[in-house]
Amino acid sequence: MGAQHPFLLLWQMATVISRATFSDARGAHIQRSRLERAAPALFILPAVLVVLFISIFPLLMSLFLSLSRIRFAGGAVQFEFVALNNYRKLLLGSEQKVLFGVLDTPSPIGWALLAAVAFGLAWWIVKGMRSGGLPIGRILASALLGGLSWLVVATLFSEKGRPGTLVVTMLYVFVGITLQYLIGLGLALLCAQQLPGRTFFRVVFLLPMMITPVGVGYLFRMLADTNKGPLMPLWVALGLQDFSWANNAWGARIAVMIGDLWQWTPFMFIVLLAALEGQDVEPVEAAIVDGANSWQIFRYVTLPTILPVSATLILIRMIEAFKIIDLPNILTNGGPGTATETLTLYAYRIWRALDIGGSAAIAYILLFLVTFFAMVYVRALRARLVST
Amino acid sequence: MKAFFRSASPFRPSPFKMLVSYLILGFWAFLILFPLYWLFITAFKLPAAVNNGPFYIPFVDFQPSLHAWEYVLVEVGVDTRRMFINTVVVALSSATLALVIGSSAAYALTRFQFQPKLGTVVVFLLCVALAVILSVLGVPWQLAVAVAVALFVVSLFTIARRFKRALNNNDIAFWLISQRIMPPVAVVIPIYIVFQQLRLLDTWAALIITYVATNLPIVVWLMRDYFMSIPYELEESAQIDGASRFRIFAQIVLPLAKPGLVATFLFVLVFCWNEYLLSLFLTNANAQTMPQAVVAQNATRGPQWWYMSVLVLIMIAPVIGMAIALERYIARGLLVGAIKG
Repeated sequence: MGAQHPFLLLWQMATVISRATFSDARGAHIQRSRLERAAPALFILPAVLVVLFISIFPLLMSLFLSLSRIRFAGGAVQFEFVALNNYRKLLLGSEQKVLFGVLDTPSPIGWALLAAVAFGLAWWIVKGMRSGGLPIGRILASALLGGLSWLVVATLFSEKGRPGTLVVTMLYVFVGITLQYLIGLGLALLCAQQLPGRTFFRVVFLLPMMITPVGVGYLFRMLADTNKGPLMPLWVALGLQDFSWANNAWGARIAVMIGDLWQWTPFMFIVLLAALEGQDVEPVEAAIVDGANSWQIFRYVTLPTILPVSATLILIRMIEAFKIIDLPNILTNGGPGTATETLTLYAYRIWRALDIGGSAAIAYILLFLVTFFAMVYVRALRARLVST
Repeated sequence: MKAFFRSASPFRPSPFKMLVSYLILGFWAFLILFPLYWLFITAFKLPAAVNNGPFYIPFVDFQPSLHAWEYVLVEVGVDTRRMFINTVVVALSSATLALVIGSSAAYALTRFQFQPKLGTVVVFLLCVALAVILSVLGVPWQLAVAVAVALFVVSLFTIARRFKRALNNNDIAFWLISQRIMPPVAVVIPIYIVFQQLRLLDTWAALIITYVATNLPIVVWLMRDYFMSIPYELEESAQIDGASRFRIFAQIVLPLAKPGLVATFLFVLVFCWNEYLLSLFLTNANAQTMPQAVVAQNATRGPQWWYMSVLVLIMIAPVIGMAIALERYIARGLLVGAIKG
């Protein structure tokens, strides 16, 4: 290899370290060059390094920030370790009303929903017990899910309750994704038929995905204007010309959800359409020969084939939807009050008020929440897919 | 009349069903196209035509004008051009880099077996934490990083070797993919500080590095499943013929994975192109991207809808062009990834 060029030295160090870290088990019998032996590590190292540099390190630093108070005093930055103070302020202290909202005794419907959830969770735990051992993971998950359901019920299904940013975020995620999936599926089913001119629809339906969320926010602000927007005649006909999105909490929330629906239904549509077009023709033919009607074909032939795709699709969208910020920020500025504020927007607002520790704490709560839901979802899914 | 409800073949819908389908599809197409139409005509409206109530049809309701285009492209043309070039450079290079790095990692995860020792991972995390704590406590970060790296190398060959537990490919893949779960807001402040220390704030490099990292998980996720669907035999025979791993990857695997690559590229490109929050934090003048130009039109005089519409139109035109050209690939490429999950 010749004289020791600095790069060569670095290279050798890298291969030694990577070989100590990753060991390659396959194909040892083939005589291979040094480069070839380092190939597995070389293929994966760039990705690992980038993620370490930009994710792990900042994540640890954020954790530290969330445990401290940061002061800006005359150009200098001072860190003061305050342990869990930021979290206490959010969960129990002055910010609790923003995060959790105002809780109240649930209405009868709320109690019924809560009972249903409690029953489902209990059944889930019992099922886990029957398969042997004490299902600690399930009990912990159930406790958290139960708590979150209580929060939802006490803020949404009660007389004086008012949802906080946590519930609003979950509302956008779960209601939004359900609607997007159902509409996307419906459109995909229609578009999968042999209709002349369906390419037109496929292309048009794709468009909203390509627009920057910021642009969608402003676009919907224009459309939602009751005085100058294109829907003005409609508002006048409904007697709502003086209605203002800025003053009605539910109106503003629905506006945000419509914007999100408009932008992300196409994603569901395009993938589901591809899944429908990729399914085998024979089972459908067989079902038709057997005299099945279209609902039966959908329920017993089509649905099972697109279920795995749907599962992944919903997971991707769920992870993305939890991070929604641009749309509520532009469309309603989080208002009225904090009615449409999501957790990300909340963290951003607190950050702009220079409470960096508090902002990091909110971000960590969000991270915990998304990870929790993603893991419960993946677990539940795996159990489902394995059992059938 | 009965024929209206009956289909000619099992796979052709009956005329009645076709009519209903067209009505629903047409309705949704209207819901999608109308906002875009409104955006389009607003770009040609004078402020008065926007402020005095809704006007729908150019030349009939209002007189179209090019004033907004003139403002955006000529008066502040230098700024617009700079931001547009920033967006193009940042989005294209981050999407390309993410695709290269991510797909090689995805390939490695499907074709090689990795067994990083759990001890190594733990030691590494401890060293990173040490570097963070040291630099926050006031030690210069260069020194903190050097100490942490030295400690890591030393313990790699001593303590870490003693751990027998090892992770496997699925763990690595899960770890890479799970990075997407992380909300950007959780890491944006430390990233800001890091780039500030490296004097990279407000440069293309800062945005590109950040975008590559945030989009790698998607690339790994989609491409890993795509590579799994490509049969291994072809590569084995190439290997016996003496081709190197890198050649196999570049000349056999990548061409086979073209639909997946194109779809993933477009997907990541759209994310980078439209990203707002991170670019807001990491840039202030030189490296600003188009979404910031759009938001900047919400000035003290209220939102300047006409300028905004022009900017959004400029932004979406290239992406939509690409999307239409590559529409076939999008569906096919995303699908294989999604099926295996």
